[in-house]
Amino acid sequence: MDKIPILRMGAFLLVTIQVDLYDRLALNLEADLVQTVNKTNAKGVLIDISAVSIVDSFMGRIIGNIAGMSKILDAETVVVGMQPAVAITLIELGLPLKGVHTALDVEKGMSLLKSMIDLSDPDEDQEAPEDDNFAE
Amino acid sequence: MSTFGLIQLHKPGSYSLTFNLYPSLMSINTQQLLQKKKKNILELWMRNQLADEGLREDLISNEELRSQSEELITALVSNLTAENSVDLNSDEWSPVVEILGGIAITRARQGFSPRETGNFLFSLKEALLEVLQEEITNDPQALFNESIKINRIMDNLSVVTFETFIKGREEVILRQTDEITEISTPVIRLWDGILALPIIGTLDSARTQVVMENLLQEIVATGSSIAILDISGVPAVDSLVAQHLIKTVSATRLMGAECIISGIRPEIAQTVVHLGIDLSNIITKATLASALAYAFKSMRLEVRKINTVQKF
Repeated sequence: MDKIPILRMGAFLLVTIQVDLYDRLALNLEADLVQTVNKTNAKGVLIDISAVSIVDSFMGRIIGNIAGMSKILDAETVVVGMQPAVAITLIELGLPLKGVHTALDVEKGMSLLKSMIDLSDPDEDQEAPEDDNFAE
Repeated sequence: MSTFGLIQLHKPGSYSLTFNLYPSLMSINTQQLLQKKKKNILELWMRNQLADEGLREDLISNEELRSQSEELITALVSNLTAENSVDLNSDEWSPVVEILGGIAITRARQGFSPRETGNFLFSLKEALLEVLQEEITNDPQALFNESIKINRIMDNLSVVTFETFIKGREEVILRQTDEITEISTPVIRLWDGILALPIIGTLDSARTQVVMENLLQEIVATGSSIAILDISGVPAVDSLVAQHLIKTVSATRLMGAECIISGIRPEIAQTVVHLGIDLSNIITKATLASALAYAFKSMRLEVRKINTVQKF
């Protein structure tokens, strides 16, 4: 059975989907990812779908679900590298993926995640400013 | 045989019974007569055409008109042989139909009106009937029969002409539509990472598709993070056009780029609000300049005036 690897990079989780997702795989990914976010206390999830060329409404919903679940667990989701055809399909299906952040490629996605975490830390997270103070 | 065969009705056979009741062969006399009187007919025809107020001397010269007419008349008269029927679908008629089709298409491209093209053939019919009337004086029954036949042939030829004429016009329209879609959706690279797409003309579903695809492809190709959609050239925005715009913006957002809509005129802002279209989650700017300023700001770029004059 195929499994999509979830890599940890500091406070972020990196998921690169290299195969076309079928329903079962997507469901497993959803469950795995939520488990890992919880376990690692990740602040951000980056999903690279540049290799995904086929997408259906189910896939769109799974991505939306992942974003929603991560949000509850205090992690932002960024989807990067969506292909034009996939974007058009999702729009035509009426799935604008509200609540999901997007970026052109992994690099831009990472910097977006970093900026989001940096910005939101002083407001939401009480530990971060203390860390900064220690560093100074 | 079906006289309507050329119109390609679904059941051409359904007419055959009616028309088979009539003797469809042109009598030898008439054919010879018309052959002999070809010059006369041509003169009459030319006179009719030149007398017509709708003659377009600006589009076609008299000599050209005469040579066109002569070519058609020669083909037509030599085709009125005894064995020939009025079935325009048959092979014997194909030269005439071909010449006529050529004339009709040329006229469509030159910009003749349907009336002018129609009069071209109707005046030939008049000329033919006039010659018949002059020649067959002693036998009213024969005159009537021959006139009916001439009428039927000419009517069928008119139908062919119009069909070809309209087809020619439609080709022109199709070509123009293609050209418009092609030239009216350029994606411009304004700055490193900033794309602009000025939309000119009404946005319909097909064009939105082209615009969206072009824009998204270009975003991937250039790695741009901001796209400016300038709609100053869109004459009117209704709920459908707005829907298309929202779709384009959402697709851009999914790709990971930001989309700004600029060039919104006051009237368009009025319509959008009156129609109750929600553009609140889309960044809108009045002019392309302010959209560019916004883009610079969000990319943390700054445009400054240099105080000292530098020599290049």
